[in-house]
Amino acid sequence: MKKIYSSAKEALSDVLTDGMLIASGGFGLCGIPELLINEIKAHGAKDLTFVSNNAGVDDFGIGILLQTKQVKKMISSYVGENDEFMRQYLSGELELEFNPQGTLAERMRSGGCGIPGFYTKTGVGTVIAEGKEVKQFNGEDYILEEGIVADLAIVKAWKADETGNLIFRKTARNFNPPAAMCGKICVVEVEEIVPTGSLDPDGIHLPGIYVHRIIQGDHEKRIEQRTVRKRDANSSKTNEEQKG
Amino acid sequence: MAAKAALELKDGMYVNLGIGIPTLVANHIPEDVNVTLQSENGMLGMGEFPLEGEEDADLINAGKQTITELPQTAYFDSATSFGMIRGGKINMAILGAMEVAENGDLANWMIPGKLVKGMGGAMDLVAGVGRVVVVMDHTNKKGASKILSECTLPLTGKNVVDRIITNLCVLDVVEGGLKIVEIAEGVTEEDIRKATKAKLV
Repeated sequence: MKKIYSSAKEALSDVLTDGMLIASGGFGLCGIPELLINEIKAHGAKDLTFVSNNAGVDDFGIGILLQTKQVKKMISSYVGENDEFMRQYLSGELELEFNPQGTLAERMRSGGCGIPGFYTKTGVGTVIAEGKEVKQFNGEDYILEEGIVADLAIVKAWKADETGNLIFRKTARNFNPPAAMCGKICVVEVEEIVPTGSLDPDGIHLPGIYVHRIIQGDHEKRIEQRTVRKRDANSSKTNEEQKG
Repeated sequence: MAAKAALELKDGMYVNLGIGIPTLVANHIPEDVNVTLQSENGMLGMGEFPLEGEEDADLINAGKQTITELPQTAYFDSATSFGMIRGGKINMAILGAMEVAENGDLANWMIPGKLVKGMGGAMDLVAGVGRVVVVMDHTNKKGASKILSECTLPLTGKNVVDRIITNLCVLDVVEGGLKIVEIAEGVTEEDIRKATKAKLV
């Protein structure tokens, strides 16, 4: 079965529908499926629910779908970097469900693994526990959290082979594997598609069984907080030495 | 405070540092102490900020700042990252706080009526790691105690804090209340009692 598609449009056009539940990878702006998000905007599908750790910024990532009012609800752990998000949330236009970050990741992972619920200590005794089943194990309280199965997963990886085996790069991996696992259909954008057989089978981060469609494209990869050390005489000397 | 908190770090520990003052703890780690810093977005072995021009959009910490890797660095996904947090593999978290109660309740994610940004990974961390150390000013900007008999703000975790390090003292959460472990230079026990709205034992 052919997994490689020529464009984000070709990969998504017959998949997107109004009101669907979409799981997205990414942490902040790192490792977000920016090309697929741009295509969702172009397609115009609306009343979408997004399971995503964050909501992007006003003009990048999921933020651009808030500008066009395509998002009905967000399930996230932190949404602090987005003014339009706050405006729509405070005016009641946008629903928001906060999940602790680890609970969110595990809800995606377990949804993809056929585990409909799991017990966790995270959130016991807080507002997160309200309305949830509490069960004791070894004398300690745990709350029941449910796995998530999404209609669609959108994911960003570094490299894919033609069968969909994926490799991620550094901290851009983050929520991408759990998002991919929980999608009934998983569409992945990569920086490079390489011939099958050229990736080390021992080094695959996510096996292609989870991946249904792949596109290759150019990524902006925006940096949210650029923090650096100044180059001084000593550090540039160190660099010279390393080159030598 | 950051220097004092750095003394909590013991050789071989895996530690998660929160945003703000806790981040500064990394600058005070003694040379003979080797600790591995975890970033909950999927990294063990966090290095310092990159040199100008060497920033990598694919390499950030949980505060979304560009950072670098170390020889011992390992990357993993968010579910695995919180697996090691929830599973108690991370020895310690050093976090900021808005309020701490005498029973170890912690509030640091939400002020009702104000903009709520979310709890991020704070609830998972305090529920999962071996030891929770809070670093914060003893009182708020209005001079009111941040150490209370009961938290007034929505909780991040119940009965989770082990130690509080403030500008006035170091307090341990013990059976029945808070125990003064250490007093800052120039501060008296009377000063601490005045600034604390919780039971000191």
